[in-house]
Amino acid sequence: MTTLQIIFLIIAAITLVSACLVVMTRKIMHAALWLVLSLMGVAMVYATLQSGFYAVVQILVYIGAISTLIIFAVMMTRNVMEDVGPQSNRGWGLAMVGSLILFAGFSTVLLTWDKVQTNLLEIPAINGENIQMLGLALVDPMGFLIPFEVASVLLLAALVAAIFLTSDIKRSRS
Amino acid sequence: MIPLSWYLIFSAALFCIGLYGVLSRKNSVAILMGVELMLNSCTINLLAFWHYYVQVRQALQMSPLVFAAIIFTVAAAETAVGLALIISAYRKRQSIVAGDLDELKG
Amino acid sequence: MTFWSDPDGFLGNWLIHLLAGIGIPAGVAQAIGYALGAAILATGALLFVLFLIWLERKMIGRVQDRLGPNRLGPWGIFQSVADMLKIFTKEYITPTGADKVPYNLAPILTVAAVLMVWAVVPLAVTVYGVDLNVGLLFIIAVGSLGEMGILMAGWGSNNKYALLGAFRAAAQLLSYEVPMVLSLLIPVMLTGSLSMNKIVMQQDIWYVLYAPLAAFIFLITSIAEVGRAPFDLTEAESELVAGFNIEYSGLKFGMFFVADFLHSFTISLLVAVIFLGGWRGPGAETYPLLGFVYLVIKTSLVNSLIIIERASLPRFRIDQMMDFTWKVLTPVILILVALTALLEKTMVMVGLGAWLRTGIMFIVNIALLFIADTVVRGHLARRPRPDVRGKERPVARPENFFSQPGSGA
Repeated sequence: MTTLQIIFLIIAAITLVSACLVVMTRKIMHAALWLVLSLMGVAMVYATLQSGFYAVVQILVYIGAISTLIIFAVMMTRNVMEDVGPQSNRGWGLAMVGSLILFAGFSTVLLTWDKVQTNLLEIPAINGENIQMLGLALVDPMGFLIPFEVASVLLLAALVAAIFLTSDIKRSRS
Repeated sequence: MIPLSWYLIFSAALFCIGLYGVLSRKNSVAILMGVELMLNSCTINLLAFWHYYVQVRQALQMSPLVFAAIIFTVAAAETAVGLALIISAYRKRQSIVAGDLDELKG
Repeated sequence: MTFWSDPDGFLGNWLIHLLAGIGIPAGVAQAIGYALGAAILATGALLFVLFLIWLERKMIGRVQDRLGPNRLGPWGIFQSVADMLKIFTKEYITPTGADKVPYNLAPILTVAAVLMVWAVVPLAVTVYGVDLNVGLLFIIAVGSLGEMGILMAGWGSNNKYALLGAFRAAAQLLSYEVPMVLSLLIPVMLTGSLSMNKIVMQQDIWYVLYAPLAAFIFLITSIAEVGRAPFDLTEAESELVAGFNIEYSGLKFGMFFVADFLHSFTISLLVAVIFLGGWRGPGAETYPLLGFVYLVIKTSLVNSLIIIERASLPRFRIDQMMDFTWKVLTPVILILVALTALLEKTMVMVGLGAWLRTGIMFIVNIALLFIADTVVRGHLARRPRPDVRGKERPVARPENFFSQPGSGA
């Protein structure tokens, strides 16, 4: 067991425990805070995959923006300050059984397939150059220019939609 | 020095936890949190396979990275619109329990 | 290597030899060296805040035509120590119904988010924590962690006013992040990398001469990110009691206080590193400590600028603040980024020299500043102010004592 493996196991354990607490805790605000912790764990896993850029982007986008948005929405849609009663609906047993069967299926396939047992070593050629190549690929007409532009149109549409849905414009009744 | 299967099992576990959250929670915002967990597990999967590809083929490939960037973008947009819908539904019905939002006419 | 040419490496080697003498292997000794370096940096930064608080109180006092603290010690330099002792000995009063974990974690997260910035900033040619190739993005990401700390503080206090203050603070921080990130695009474009070391290395000509408007907008948005005057409506004592840190007392409040001043010093450091050339100066490559002295001088200049403008400008209202970022700063910085990209590419293709390009971009920046100022004066500043006068009440005057209805006759 190398140091990196021990670190990965600790990060994975923290992330999975926080994710379980997200879906099982009673108070919705605590669930939002545990979500922040599990997203931070996922960012650290990206860092072990030599995608340091995506680790930082994960913290910036998910924790800085999306988690803040979720916390705002949680605070704005509560009737009282306390959450009482069970937070799971009637079919939670079936959902638990289904998820466990799915996970068992995944693990069986992944543990017996010999191609994915390869060790991921550190690639020396990557460090530092792939950000520039990513930028070049995003604006290359032979590369990924069209998905880039479509993503920006999608963001514009989401922006306009979110503002319209939550604005209090009183429409006249016909 | 970490085997690829560890990353894939980790992301499968995260996906299943997110799936349980989506299927079994009453609060709509909690369902959205489960969806976020599932999206993150897919991105871990993608980046793990990107690393495997670059290591095995010795050629730098950019399309998984662009895919991951677009996933971040789409996740942000989808969360924003989803939460706007939830807040708008809360203003009309005073409830965000997913089981209560079962009438089409508002 | 000697101490003067490479202080970091020299001290690291000395520590490894010392620990190897007792029999600790080199890897563990290096890890201990890293941990010790981080601890010294964090403790030094926190203790430096005492000096910063004293400096701020003295300077603001002088701007307001009074002496600052001058009782404890010569020139009042022990005032901060007395304040620190007072804050240490105050009782922690936790409100009932407060959520324990977010309530206690929030001050720690806020201070940690500020201290983590110091890990990637190069203090001299060989003295830096770590040379991340995404260093600048790391700084912005860590700043957004601090905003999560504010939300946790507001929610954990079980107090509606704290929650409201936390909402406003989070909205302000999110809104001002957009022009801040955009204004940081210009040094990144000129350097070709996000690494802080490369940004300092490329500044043969300081970036403030190349893009003064970007430096100005970065300074303004960073002051708004910290939450200092004139953007301190979230902790305005006359409006919202004390914002999100109402329910904190003792050292927990001390942590928020320390985070505020340390953050202000950190953004001065960032402006100095990114726009003012960092540790560069005559003779800084051969003697790293001289580079550190240059950096301290530049940072102190920017910090003094921030302190003086705190004493001079009145506070923004929340709608003025939101208008300012979305309607003024974001369009201006977008136009500036587009113009800089276009002009830089064409000038490099034409083959102009570095100083000529700097001069042209300087003139373009100042021109854009004047155009933006004219547009804002013409349109935004002339909005009709909401009329808040009530109904006119009759006033008792001697000449209408017997005729006016409300005058008592």
